[in-house]
Amino acid sequence: MFRWIVKRDLTLAWRRRADVLSTLFFFIIVVSLFPLGIGPEAQLLKSVAPGVVWVAALLASMLSLNRIFANDYQDGTLEQMLLTPQPLFLVVLGKVLAQWLVAELPLVLIAPLIGIQFDLPLDTLVILCLSLMIGTPVLSLIGSIGAALTLGLRGGGVLIALLILPLYIPVLIFGAGAVDASINGQSPAPHLYLLGALAVLSLAFAPWATSAALRISLE
Amino acid sequence: MRWRGAPISSLGEEYNKVITYLGHRNAVKEELNSIENLRIVSGLAGEELNTAAGQNALARVGLAGRDHLPARFLSEGQRRRSAIARLLTRNSALWLLDEVLASLDLAATKLIETIIGEHLSAGGIAIVATHHELRISASSFKRLELEPAQLADAVVLG
Repeated sequence: MFRWIVKRDLTLAWRRRADVLSTLFFFIIVVSLFPLGIGPEAQLLKSVAPGVVWVAALLASMLSLNRIFANDYQDGTLEQMLLTPQPLFLVVLGKVLAQWLVAELPLVLIAPLIGIQFDLPLDTLVILCLSLMIGTPVLSLIGSIGAALTLGLRGGGVLIALLILPLYIPVLIFGAGAVDASINGQSPAPHLYLLGALAVLSLAFAPWATSAALRISLE
Repeated sequence: MRWRGAPISSLGEEYNKVITYLGHRNAVKEELNSIENLRIVSGLAGEELNTAAGQNALARVGLAGRDHLPARFLSEGQRRRSAIARLLTRNSALWLLDEVLASLDLAATKLIETIIGEHLSAGGIAIVATHHELRISASSFKRLELEPAQLADAVVLG
């Protein structure tokens, strides 16, 4: 049943490819604007790179968040899903996994290419990719809570950003911190461990909170 | 509320296995064709639906030959009917139908009445809330008329 949810959401995303690509291009463009705006000073670019890439990843993930539930809410599929014989927890987890695969994984994969614009060395690119790999699932999981809470509200998109961006701060600090440490020749491991801890924590609690929020939104 | 003697709240997800709910919104995904829509609903309920069974159900509701069109090419009435096909492909005992006759023409209304009648004859239960006249041929049904002020007319069948 879990695989049906993931498969369904992936099929839907494939039929609406433009949505997926727009998130990816948003990420690429935002990150590319900074070297143009700041100028070609290699040292300066290198030092802002971790923050810029991570902030762009947060913003790009905001763009795709309201798609997790909004479409299914509008056409009534979500109430049907609440009535399926399986824990809502699994439905949420399946949808979040699909959202991550569709919207976040492409960012992780394109990030090393983008890092080259900032003159990052190879081992830092690997750390950048790794930190995004561990960090972006946290973004999807925490974001799903906001998406569920703002279902059916007008101006929900802006509201999600206000609710969720503050909660993204720890991910931003440790994610960008890992890349920063790697640039300065320190070990990124402590940052990555903390990021991993955040991932485990949000995996345990976010689907539960999202399920509760969905029940409230659909009452 | 109880289902077969046990309180619904204690049954949890088990209870969801026996009900099929059809609400105001069709829950038909526009990007998917009618067969895919049916298969996903069955899949989520933990049942496997083969293509032939899906096509039979769609033919029954008058969508034969349209099963490979994405639902966005269907009219409102056709979408409604492809939602109704769910009742035929899920074999659940209890149907909860909310305004099931909305945006259906006369022929489709007759079809729904027949489908509900067959479900009842086979020992199923249907709870229908509707503003429209519903003529069911099955012997056992109860009609519950609510306050005229609320302009609501609910029929309980079983």
